[in-house]
Amino acid sequence: MQKEYTVTVYTEDRIGITNRITIIFTRRGINITSLTTAETEIPGVYKFVITVMSTREKLDKVVGQIERLIEIHRAFVHEEDEVVYQELALYKISTKALHTAGDVERLIRENNARILTITADYFVIEKTGHQQELIDFIKKLEPYGLIEYTKSGRVAIVKWSRRFHEHLKELDKTVASY
Amino acid sequence: MKAETEADKRSAVKPVITGSEAVIRSLIAEGVDTIFGYPGGAIMPIYDALYDFQDQVHHILVRHEQGATHAAQGYSRASGKVGVAFATSGPGATNLVTGLADAYMDSTPLVCITGQVAASLLGTDAFQETDVIGITMPITKWNIQVTRQEDIPAAIAKAFYIARSGRPGPVLVDITKNAQVGTFEFEYNKCEFIRSYQPVPELDKEAVTAAAALINSAKKPYIFCGHGVLLAGAENELIALAEKAQIPVASTLLGLSAVPVDHPLYGGLLGMHGNYAPNMLTCECDVVIAVGMRFDDRVTGDVSTFISQAKVIHIEIDAAEINKIIHADVAIHADAKEALTALNQLIMPAKHDAWLEEFRFGHKKEYDKVQHRELYPESGEIKMAETVRLLSEKTNGEAILVTDVGQHQMIASRYYRFKNPNTNITSGGMGTMGFSIPAAMGAKMGAPDKQVVAVVGDGCFQMTLQELGTIYQSQIGVKIVILNNNFLGMVRQWQQLFFDKRYSSTEMVNPDFIQIAKGFFIPGKKVTAREDLAAAIDEMLAHDGAYLLEVVVEKEDNVFPMVPAGTPVSTIRLE
Repeated sequence: MQKEYTVTVYTEDRIGITNRITIIFTRRGINITSLTTAETEIPGVYKFVITVMSTREKLDKVVGQIERLIEIHRAFVHEEDEVVYQELALYKISTKALHTAGDVERLIRENNARILTITADYFVIEKTGHQQELIDFIKKLEPYGLIEYTKSGRVAIVKWSRRFHEHLKELDKTVASY
Repeated sequence: MKAETEADKRSAVKPVITGSEAVIRSLIAEGVDTIFGYPGGAIMPIYDALYDFQDQVHHILVRHEQGATHAAQGYSRASGKVGVAFATSGPGATNLVTGLADAYMDSTPLVCITGQVAASLLGTDAFQETDVIGITMPITKWNIQVTRQEDIPAAIAKAFYIARSGRPGPVLVDITKNAQVGTFEFEYNKCEFIRSYQPVPELDKEAVTAAAALINSAKKPYIFCGHGVLLAGAENELIALAEKAQIPVASTLLGLSAVPVDHPLYGGLLGMHGNYAPNMLTCECDVVIAVGMRFDDRVTGDVSTFISQAKVIHIEIDAAEINKIIHADVAIHADAKEALTALNQLIMPAKHDAWLEEFRFGHKKEYDKVQHRELYPESGEIKMAETVRLLSEKTNGEAILVTDVGQHQMIASRYYRFKNPNTNITSGGMGTMGFSIPAAMGAKMGAPDKQVVAVVGDGCFQMTLQELGTIYQSQIGVKIVILNNNFLGMVRQWQQLFFDKRYSSTEMVNPDFIQIAKGFFIPGKKVTAREDLAAAIDEMLAHDGAYLLEVVVEKEDNVFPMVPAGTPVSTIRLE
C-alpha cells in the first residue's frame, strides 16, 4: 500500500552523493517529498532524511540499492510509527498585524510558536511540528497578512535504535578513504 | 649492496612527476599491461606520458570508444584481470556509455579513464566538456572526478579496488587536464579498505546450516549456476555440491561454461531460449539452490509463477539482489566459493535418480522435436545450429566463444559444448548489439594462447565492424563467424510470432562482408552450401591470424524452445 515512509541514509561526505541516492528513487518513479541532510556528530559522516510516498516492498529494494553504493554506510526505511520526527516552518507576517490584531500573541502561545525577529515592516514566527500542523498554522495566520512561508524537510530519530552513536563513534576511529 | 630497509624506503626521495605520468605509473603498479583506448584533446597529456612506457604497457588503438569498453570487457572476462580503457572528454566519454552499462549489468571489472577539460573550465560548456560523472553515475559501480594531480594515485588505487572486489563492476575516473599536466611527488599505495564498503560479507553460518537442512531433505533439489560462480572461481565447489548429492545443475546465460556441458549432472540452459527440460523442471523442483545469479526476467518469465512451489536458497554476494525478484527462504549473502565450501561440508550424499531421469526425458523430447533437425539437417539452407555444432566439434569445445546479441547468440549458447570455465563471453543483461567483435579482440589479448571465435549476426557485425581496423593494425588473431540471414533475426522472429508477420524494418540489404574484410586486409570466405561448411571452418581455424567466415544461413529460421516474454516458464514452446 502506498503511504508515507521515512528513509534515512548515512553517507560519506562526497561530491555528488545526493545525486547517487536520488537517481535510485528516480529509476523506480518514486517522488521525493522532502530531503534533509546534515553532518552527524561524527565529522565527515552525513545523514539524509528522505520522505517519500511509496510501498514498503519497493522501498526495501531501494534501500538495498542505496546501501550498495560505495560511499554509503547504511540506509534504512522506517514506518511512520518507528520514528520521532519534526519539521520546522517560518512564517513572515506584516508588522501591522501586531497593532491591529491583538490575538496574534495568543495564537503564538497556543500553537507553541515563537517570534524570531521583528522589524518595522514584518516579523518572523518559527514553529516546529508535523507537516499538517505547520500547514494548519498558515490558515490561522493568513488573516494577519502572511507575506511568506517556508518549511524544512524532516529530521528524524529512530525509536528502536540502541547504540547508534557508539557505532558512529567507531567509524570515527577509521579514516575515510580518498 | 645494503638491503633497503623500511626506513630507507620512507626517507627515499619521491619522484616529482606529472599527473599524466602518475596515471601510467599507477596503472603499472596495479599490474596493467594492456589498455584499449582512443586519444583526443583532453587526454593528450596522458597519451604523451604513455609514449615513454611502451615497453611496459601495450596500448591498443581502437576505432571507436565503445569498442574500447567492449574490448576491455572481453579482456577482463578472458583473463580475470581488470580491463582498462582510455577516452577523451566529451564525445569520447559519451561513447563509453554503452560499454559501461553493459559491464555494470554483467558485473565486469573495468577501470575507464577519461580526460576532462581543465578544472577552471568545468561547468562552462567548454569545448568537448561533458558531465561524464553525472552521465555515468547510474551505470558505474563508482566514479570520480580528479581535479588535482596529487589525488590521482589514490583515485586510481580506489578505482581498482572497487572494480575487482565484491561483485565486480566498471569504475570511471575523470581527470581534468590541469591535473594531468601539474607535477607532484608521486607515491603509490594500493587501496585495501574503504570504511563504507564491505565487498565480502561475513558468512552467516546459521544460514548455511539452514540451507544444508533444506538440501538434505529435498526430493527434487535443483542448482541454478550464475555468473557469480565464475566470478568467484567456485566452479569446482559447485560441481562438488552437485556430485555429492546428485543434484542437477542448470546455467544462466552468463553462468555458461562454469560446468562442462558434457558433465552428467549438467541440465542445460535456463531462460527464454534455454533448454526445455531445465525450464520445465523449474515447475517441479522442491528446493532451488541459486548461486551467483539475479533472477533476470529472461530467466523467470512470469515472476509470480516462477519456482513458486519451491523453497529457495539464494547464495549471492550482492545484498541488493537478494529478495529483489524472488523471495529467498534462505539467503546466504556471501562469496559463492566461501559459501559453497561451507555448505559442502554439511551436505549428505544422496541420490535423485528419478529426478535426474526427468531431465533426460525432457532432453530427449527437445532433441527429437528441435535439436535433431537443427543440428543435422540434410536439405535446405545452412542452419545456424549446425554451424555452431561444427564449430564446437572442431574446436573441441575449448575455444573462447564470444557472441553478440540475438538469434545467433541464443543458438551459439545452446549448442556450443563448453568445456572450460570463462570461455563464454557474451552481452547478457544489456543485450548490446555490436559487442562481440571488440569483445573478441579483447578476449584474444587477454588469452593469446586460446582460440577466440566471435559468432555474430549480420546486424550486429555492422554496428562495430570498424574494429576490423583495430584487428588489422594490432594483428589480433580472432576468428569471426557471421551467421548471415539478412535479417535482424530475433526481432523478425518476434514479428512473426507476435506481430502477425509484419516485418517492420528488420530485413537487411547487406554489403559484401568478404570485400569489407578484404579492405581491412583480413582474409575471409563466404559459404552458402552445406557441403562446403566443414572445410571452411577448418580453414578458418587453421589460419594463422584473423579470419572472417560468412555463413549464409536460413533466412527465416527461428530459435526454439521459447518462453514468450512475461509468461510462465511452463508455456515454453518447442515450435
